[in-house]
Amino acid sequence: MTAHDGHDVLGDLMRASLDHCVKCTICETFCPVSNVTPLFPGPKYAGPQAERFRIDDEPSPDASLDYCSGCGICTQVCPQGVHIAEINTRARAQLKATQGVRLRDRILARPTLAGRLGTPVAPIANWSLGNRLLRLAAEKTLGIHHRAPMPRFAGRTFQRWARRHSAPAAAGRRVAFFHGCGTNYYEPRLGEMTVGLLEHNGLAVEVPKQDCCGLPLQSNGLFDDARGYVHRLAARLAPYAREGVDIVATSTSCSLMLKREALEILGMSDDPDLQVVSERVFDICEYLLAMRERGELKLDFQPLPETVTYHAPCQQQGHGIGKPALDLLALIPELRTIETGASCCGVAGTYGLKREKYDIAMKVGDGLFAEIAAAAPDRAVCDSETCRWQIEHATGVRAVHPVEVLHRASGLA
Amino acid sequence: MSHHDVVVVGTGLAGLTAAVRLAEDGARVLVLAKGVGATHLSAGTIDVLGYAPERVDRPAEALGALVDARPGHPYALVGAGGVAAAVDWFKARIAAGPLAPYAYAGGVEENLLLPTAVGVARPSAVVPETMAGGDLRRDAAICIVGFRALKDFHPALAADMLTRAGVRARGVELDLVPEGRVDVNALGFARAFDAPAFRAEVKAQVVAQLGVEERAAFPAVLGIADPHGAWTELEHGLGRAVFEIPTLPPSVPGMRVHKSLHETLRRAGGRVILNAVVTGAEHRGGHVSALRIRVGLREERRGADWVVLATGGLASGGIELDSRWKARETALGLPVTGVPEPGAERFRPGYFEDHPMARAGVAVDHGLRPVDGGGERLYENVLVAGATLAGAEPWREKCGDGLSLSTGYRAAELVLAASTAAGAAAGVAGS
Ligand SMILES: Cc1cc2nc3c(=O)[nH]c(=O)nc-3n(C[C@H](O)[C@H](O)[C@H](O)COP(=O)(O)OP(=O)(O)OC[C@H]3O[C@@H](n4cnc5c(N)ncnc54)[C@H](O)[C@@H]3O)c2cc1C
Ligand code: SF4
Ligand code: SF4
Repeated sequence: MTAHDGHDVLGDLMRASLDHCVKCTICETFCPVSNVTPLFPGPKYAGPQAERFRIDDEPSPDASLDYCSGCGICTQVCPQGVHIAEINTRARAQLKATQGVRLRDRILARPTLAGRLGTPVAPIANWSLGNRLLRLAAEKTLGIHHRAPMPRFAGRTFQRWARRHSAPAAAGRRVAFFHGCGTNYYEPRLGEMTVGLLEHNGLAVEVPKQDCCGLPLQSNGLFDDARGYVHRLAARLAPYAREGVDIVATSTSCSLMLKREALEILGMSDDPDLQVVSERVFDICEYLLAMRERGELKLDFQPLPETVTYHAPCQQQGHGIGKPALDLLALIPELRTIETGASCCGVAGTYGLKREKYDIAMKVGDGLFAEIAAAAPDRAVCDSETCRWQIEHATGVRAVHPVEVLHRASGLA
Repeated sequence: MSHHDVVVVGTGLAGLTAAVRLAEDGARVLVLAKGVGATHLSAGTIDVLGYAPERVDRPAEALGALVDARPGHPYALVGAGGVAAAVDWFKARIAAGPLAPYAYAGGVEENLLLPTAVGVARPSAVVPETMAGGDLRRDAAICIVGFRALKDFHPALAADMLTRAGVRARGVELDLVPEGRVDVNALGFARAFDAPAFRAEVKAQVVAQLGVEERAAFPAVLGIADPHGAWTELEHGLGRAVFEIPTLPPSVPGMRVHKSLHETLRRAGGRVILNAVVTGAEHRGGHVSALRIRVGLREERRGADWVVLATGGLASGGIELDSRWKARETALGLPVTGVPEPGAERFRPGYFEDHPMARAGVAVDHGLRPVDGGGERLYENVLVAGATLAGAEPWREKCGDGLSLSTGYRAAELVLAASTAAGAAAGVAGS
């Protein structure tokens, strides 16, 4: 038992931070959404300003809040420590609680459900996703934009592969892999490469049984459901954390959820499992770079004579770990990495898939897409799955996780 | 724990200057900052010295007198020559940066007199090319063009004030609004000005309203991606001198400075982490080996050979004065000097009066290293730059950006010199 049991201390602190706002407008200049559409008034108005008028059980004064993508950039740049994005995400949930959540958002918010339904019938499901008429119908009935970059089902799951995979005999330190839904249903190969890369570097990789982290539910305003998922996931991962086993993750948004968003936004600091887990979760690149700094990473990378762009997704930037992927890619001989300057690809999880937001998301990503197009790379490297799908959709350039490049350079492909 | 050659704390003008200067010399640089600095708020001009205490016409000369009279002033640590070197470097970086051929005009020899948004003459030494045409020392009438939708800028007010000061000025307002917008700030207009169609529309609406002899002033919103293009196109299209007047925040010229330096840093391989609050240091004797940082809910450590502290003083959270009257340097817990005794006067009623609190800050030795109350050096490998330094009154002296630029530059030069010396010594020892 802790002193703050039953009371959302962090949430109170998040909200109280609005009093630190000096109206400097810095967040406004960085918000990727309000910079491309007049439909959203920007972080300062929607956040610290409107929050003063939000009273429990009262409708929020500002329906435009729904247009905040939750990218979190405003919180990063604010010089006064105002938790703008967190305030907005909470207020958005309140708004949805009063207005109701659309069926579409309920579906998009449950990738595991879609994954379970789609995987066994992958060819049909994928055909449907590629079929323009069906997509137009889905846009009409559900509000999922017919051109939105929906992922394709792999037709197999990473969990299944992991159960059958036998680890090399001489493995050393244990590490648990939190792969997330994207890897499980859509990109199992990424999971396989991650395990391969970690084993190549002498780690004993364990893949706990796991479900969704609840992030899509959170960003679609379904907080209670999201908390359920976080509780269950934290319970699965906590035994590892308690034994001192680090948990690495390939999805930057899902790992951010466990590191802090579930604590700050969902107010779950009374979950003892989550407390221990949140301290043990690492982004895979963050982890590999730390290994490199401890001299534990194999450095005999093979030359890769190719050009890649690197885009650090906004959720990755929310980790506050810099851009470890850049330092890792720099270890590969002959690889030319061009770091892009744009801050957001626009898709922000499920935001850019929605009919009314697709165009906004594409406009947000314009700068990034132009940079990638100008670089004409062999691959576009990016840590987050939804951003990769958005980049591929908009540029036609194959988008991969940094692990894919490191895996090949390690001679494992 | 990661290790860098230099960790710079703060991403304002001082921090970015130090970081770029170091990174372009090959140092591995990491910038940690709680948030974006004051670049987005200030005018984007490098005000070297505006008042001392009378209005300064020739800053380089006045600097000499200032540092003789006030040896505790941070300018005494860089000298007029140091300021000039930093200014030259800055001008070259902007001119070669991502916004090129956008460039700066002026220098430390003489101040221009530029109109503010409320029509007051303001001395400034180094200014964006887009502002230089506003020099009030030139006797040419001014037509100030505004936009009704830009509610932070009022041409009639500025013109009226200028007229009272003997400048021939008048204001006009356009009803043009960037497409689809109702409420627009300076950045919204700047984005619109990046588009040739909007420039053409402005030209068309303004051209007939201008007198033959008048120069044309605009709020400082003439483009954020292509300011040089927007400005030159207006000058050619209107056939006269066109210049920008700084607005309330967000400051578009300030954003251009940030963009130029930030991008230059990135290209030189420097790294930036935002929302990272430095909360303390680990040290062995007088040597700091690592910084403690709060990111999100985590405490982390980052190792460094050198630390440049550029945390912006009271205005940006580098120094805090709490409700118990205790002043605190927030990143390393360094001593803060010049804080008035509890109960003593901190501020005076007039804005430009000598505020006792204004000179509070971190005292340093001649090498920008922090010292305690007795003048003893605290750390060998920590250098302080910018508004956190004690002894200046940037608001009254109009020297904020000049100080941050020149001390940031100086800090980098000192680190580079010390590293070269250490490298040479190691080389000798090794041979
Ligand atoms: C509205 C406004 C208008 C101005 N106009 C002018 C003008 O016309 N002319 C002029 O010369 N000057 C002007 N100034 C002053 C001038 O801009 C500043 O003095 C100067 O820019 C300060 O630069 P700096 O780099 O020293 O600090 P800042 O730009 O303030 O940067 C400080 C940095 O340190 C970070 N930081 C602070 N504490 C911590 C910590 N503990 N851990 C991590 N990071 C930390 C901050 O987040 C920030 O990134 C103006 C200032 C303002 C606010
Ligand atoms: S950046 Fe922070 S302090 Fe500035 S307006 Fe936004 S919330 Fe307020
Ligand atoms: S979270 Fe992103 S979209 Fe939402 S207000 Fe902040 S910067 Fe804008």
